[in-house]
Amino acid sequence: MTKAFQRIYTQLESITKATVSLKAQGVSNDELATVAGRLAQVVKIKGDVVTLQIFSGTEGIPTNAEVMFFGEAPALNVSEELSGRFFNAYGKPIDGGPEVEGEHRQIGGPSVNPYKRKQPSELIPTGIAGIDLNNTLVSGQKIPFFADPDQPYNQVMAQVALRADVDKIILGGMGLSNDDYLYFRHEFESAGALDKIISFVNTTDQPPVERLLIPDMALAAAEYFAVDKNEKVLVLLTDMTLYADALSIVSNRMDQIPSKDSMPGSLYSDLAKIYEKAVQLPDGGSITIIAVTTLNDGDITHAIPDNTGYITEGQLFLRMDTDTGKVIIDPFRSLSRLKQLVQGKKTREDHSQVMNASVRLYADAQNAKTKLENGFDLSDYDMRCLEYAKAYAIRLLSIDVNISIEEMLDTAWSLFAEYFSQAETGIKQALIDKYWPKKAN
Amino acid sequence: MEKSTGVVTGIISNLVTVKISGHVSQNEICYINLGGTKLMAEVIKVSGKNAFVQVYESTRGLKQGDTVEFDGHMLEVSLGPGLLSSSYDGLQNNLETMEGVFLKRGEYTDPLDHEKAWHFTPIAKVGDKVQAADWLGEVKEGWLPHKIMVPFSFKGEYTITSISDEGDYRIDDQMAVLTDEDGESHIVTMVQKWPVKIAVGGYAEKPRPYRIMETGVRCIDTLNPIAEGGTGFIPGPFGCGKTVLQHAIAKQGDAEVIVMAACGERANEVVEIFTEFPELVDPHTGRKLMERTTIICNTSNMPVAAREASVYTAMTICEYYRAMGMKALLLADSTSRWAQALREMSNRMEELPGADAFPVDLSAIISNFYSRAGIVKLRNGKTGSVTFIGTVSPAGGNLKEPVTESTKKAARCFYALEQSRADQKRYPAVNPIDSYSKYLEYPEVVEYLKERIDKNWVDNVNRAKNIVRRGKEVADQINILGDDGVPVSYHEQYWKSELIDFVILQQDAFDSIDALCPLERQKFMLELVLGICDHEFKFENFDKCREKYKELINLLRQMNYSEFKSEKFNQYLEQLNKVSNND
Repeated sequence: MTKAFQRIYTQLESITKATVSLKAQGVSNDELATVAGRLAQVVKIKGDVVTLQIFSGTEGIPTNAEVMFFGEAPALNVSEELSGRFFNAYGKPIDGGPEVEGEHRQIGGPSVNPYKRKQPSELIPTGIAGIDLNNTLVSGQKIPFFADPDQPYNQVMAQVALRADVDKIILGGMGLSNDDYLYFRHEFESAGALDKIISFVNTTDQPPVERLLIPDMALAAAEYFAVDKNEKVLVLLTDMTLYADALSIVSNRMDQIPSKDSMPGSLYSDLAKIYEKAVQLPDGGSITIIAVTTLNDGDITHAIPDNTGYITEGQLFLRMDTDTGKVIIDPFRSLSRLKQLVQGKKTREDHSQVMNASVRLYADAQNAKTKLENGFDLSDYDMRCLEYAKAYAIRLLSIDVNISIEEMLDTAWSLFAEYFSQAETGIKQALIDKYWPKKAN
Repeated sequence: MEKSTGVVTGIISNLVTVKISGHVSQNEICYINLGGTKLMAEVIKVSGKNAFVQVYESTRGLKQGDTVEFDGHMLEVSLGPGLLSSSYDGLQNNLETMEGVFLKRGEYTDPLDHEKAWHFTPIAKVGDKVQAADWLGEVKEGWLPHKIMVPFSFKGEYTITSISDEGDYRIDDQMAVLTDEDGESHIVTMVQKWPVKIAVGGYAEKPRPYRIMETGVRCIDTLNPIAEGGTGFIPGPFGCGKTVLQHAIAKQGDAEVIVMAACGERANEVVEIFTEFPELVDPHTGRKLMERTTIICNTSNMPVAAREASVYTAMTICEYYRAMGMKALLLADSTSRWAQALREMSNRMEELPGADAFPVDLSAIISNFYSRAGIVKLRNGKTGSVTFIGTVSPAGGNLKEPVTESTKKAARCFYALEQSRADQKRYPAVNPIDSYSKYLEYPEVVEYLKERIDKNWVDNVNRAKNIVRRGKEVADQINILGDDGVPVSYHEQYWKSELIDFVILQQDAFDSIDALCPLERQKFMLELVLGICDHEFKFENFDKCREKYKELINLLRQMNYSEFKSEKFNQYLEQLNKVSNND
C-alpha cells in the first residue's frame, strides 16, 4: 500500500482510547493512515484538525507518534488469486502465502441501482429440511441465523455453505474464537472445497474495532466474483452481533449520543449497507448473505436483532427441542420472505401445501402440550399431534437431516399418513390423491 | 440573485461544514466539487460564516479546502407530464436512465423526457385572468388528463396574452404567455419546478374529508375506513405484513394516481414492484398499474440524507396531481427510516436529543408532513385529494416509541399490526380492537356511508366490532376456566367472533379474487355474517358449537374465494343457508 507521495506528521494533539487527533493538511475523509505503524482511518475533519480511528487501539501511542497518510480509503486487491486464501481484516494473508496481485479496489463501494436488480428466483438447497422445506433460501437473499451463543450456529453455517451449490463461498469471521476459526479451516479443507473459499477473519484475540472492516472486505471480494465474473457467491458473516458491538464502541469513543440498547443511532443504516449488498444481478451473478446474529436469551427485541429483522429477508431461528434433544430450526419464528419465489416453481407442486400443513399440525401439537401442562384432558387428536411432533422434529426439523427436497416432501407425506386422516391435514384433495402414500399391503 | 461559493472546512460522515463567502439561505442546495464530481448537499444550519450542509452522497475522499457552489434555491422537483410510470430516487433522478449496474456518485439524471411529444388541448383562452394553479390546457398522460397549469410559484393575477393551439408539443415548448399586473410577460411551458419542503397551495379551500376511499381491504373499508384526503398509518414489528398490506392498497386503492415512496427499506421489495406493476391490471380502469404509479425509491443502502427528500418529493408530486383535480394516494414505507435519518443528522450536529435520541422537533416535523394530505376544492369548483398512508417500524415492536407516538398524534387512522395475529397467520394482521378510524366520528362521513352503502351500515359495523370485542373477553375466560368450566353460550359468543375474524377480517392478499373486495361485496358479506350471528342455535355442548361454526366458516371462506354472485358462490350460499337453518 506504500505510495511514493506520502505526508508524514509527528505531533498529536489529543489521544483517546480509540482515536487520535492532529493538525494535518490535504487529508480526505475515510482515508487510511498509519499511526506509529498501526492502521487508522480518518473519521472526522474539523478545520485543520484531523481525527483518526486506530483499529487496534491507542495503547502506548506517544504524542510524537509518526503519522503517515495513504491518500486512499481501505482497499483490497481483487483477482482470481483470492480463491482458497485466508486474510485478516486488512486483507493481508494470514495463511503464509504471498500477497494477492490484482486490481486495487476500494471496499465499501457504491450500491446497485435498484432498478437494475433482478428478482431473485434461484433455489439454494441445503439438505436441511428446516430450511429447504419450511424456509427455502433463494440466491440474492440475505438472511441471518438468530441463535443463542450456546447453539452450534457456526457448524450449521459451515454445513449449509458446503452443501450449497455456489461458485464461491466467502467467510467473514468477526470475533471468531480461535477454535471456531480452526474449525472452519478444517471443515473447508477436509471438504476439499478450499479452492472456492475465501476467508477474512478477525479472531477474539485481535482488537474488536478491526472487525468493522471484515464485512466490507468480504463483500468487496464477493462483488468482484459476482459482478466481474458473473458467479454465484455465498457470503457468510459471523457474528454480526459482535460487529454491532464494535460499532457501539467506536460511536461511544466519538462522544455520540447512544440510542436504544446503547447502540449508535445509525445502526439500521450501518447494517443495511452490509446486508443490501445481497443482490441478483442481471447478468446471472448473485450475492447471497447468510449471517449469524447471536441473541441474549432469545430476546429479539434487542436493537441488534430488531434492526436486523427489519433489514433481512427473514430469519432462521435455532432452538434446542427439549422433547427430542435435537437442535431444530424453529418453524414458528423462522421465516424466509423469498420462499414463495421458488416454492412450487423450482420445487414440486405440493411444496407449499405440505409445508403449511406440517407446520399447522406442529402448532396443534404445541396447543396440546399447553393443555397437558395446564392439567386439561387430551383428546385422541391431541395425542396423535404430540406423537407426530416428535417424529417431525427428528425426521425433518433437526439440523442433522441431509436429504433432497423431494425426500423431505415424501417424508412429510408419510408422517401425515402415519398420524392423521386425509381430512385432518387440510390439504387440497387433488394433491392428496396424487401423493398420499399407498398402503404397502 | 448572486450565487455564493464556499470551501469545505470540516467533515463528519455526511455532515460537512462550509466556510461561505456571500449569503446562503436555509435549505439551499449546493454542490461540493470532489475532483470533478459534484456532490449535492443541502444547508441545514448556518452559524456565522459557517454553513452546515448534509451531503446526499458518500463523502469519502472529500478534503478540507474543496470548493462549494451554492445553487440559489431549495431542493426542487420538476413537475410535468411523464411523472407517472417513472422510477426515481429520493432526489428525483430517473433510475431507469442511469448507466451501469451501480449508482455512481454525482450522477444526476433528468426526471422528465424532454424529447417526447404530448398532445396539448387548450382549456383557457386569450384574455382570461388566471392565478397560480389555474388550468391552461391538458395533455393525455396515459389515459389521465394531465393539466398544464399556471406555475404554483406565480404570485398575483395574470392575463393570458397567448396560448398554443391544439397540437403536439414537447415539455419545454412555450405553451402560453401570461402578463402580470405590471405588464411584464412570462412564458409558461409544460414543466414547472417546486421546492419539496413547501406545501403546494393554489386551491380555494380545504374542507374536512367527507367521503371514504375504497381500498378493497375489508379490515380497512368495513371496520376502519380511511377518508379520501385522509391520513393513516400502519405500525408493526417486522414480519407482520406491513409491506404486503401496503402493496395491496397500492394495487387496489380507488385512486387515479399512486405514488409509492420506498424510504429506507429493502431493495428487493422495490424490485417486486418493478417486476409486477407493469404486468398487473388496475381493477378500476383495466389499465396497467404502472400507468398510474410513480415510484420514489431510496432503499436502505442508498444515501441516508436522501431518505427525507424522498418522502417530500413523493408528497409534492401528489400535490401536483391534486391541483389537477385528481385523487392521489401516497404510500410511504417506512416513515421510521426517515425519522432515523433525522436522528443521525441531529446527532452529528450535536443538538440536545429528545426521547431515544430523536430530535426534539420530531413530532412537529411529522405533523407538518401529515398535514399536507387532504381533500381540496379548487378555484374552478372541482375537487382533488391526497390521501396518505405511512408505515412505521417501531423498534422492538414496542408502540411506545417516539415515532409511533408522534405519528399517532398526526394520523387519523391507526391500523395496528400485531405479532400474535401474524404468528397465527391471521392476515392482514390488523388488530380489530386497537385499530381505529377517527373519520367514523365525522358526521359527514357517517352520512356519506349511510348514503353510499346502506342506512344501517354504521350500526352493523359497530355491532360486528362489539361481537369481536366480546369474543376476546370470553376467550380469556375459556382459557382460564377450561372448555367445560363455562356455559355453552360463552363458546357461542367466542365462535361468533371467530366467524367475523375468519370471514371479514382475514383476507388472502395472494388470492386473485379474495384480495380485492369491493364495497358492495363487503356489505353483502357483513350482513350475511351478522345474520348468522343473530340466528339462535341450540347446542347440546361446546363440541357441537365448534363443529357447526367451523362448517359455517369453511363455507363462507369458500365464498370469499369465489367470484361474487357466480354460480359457485351461490351454491356455497345455498349450502350455507341449509347448514345454518339446520339445528
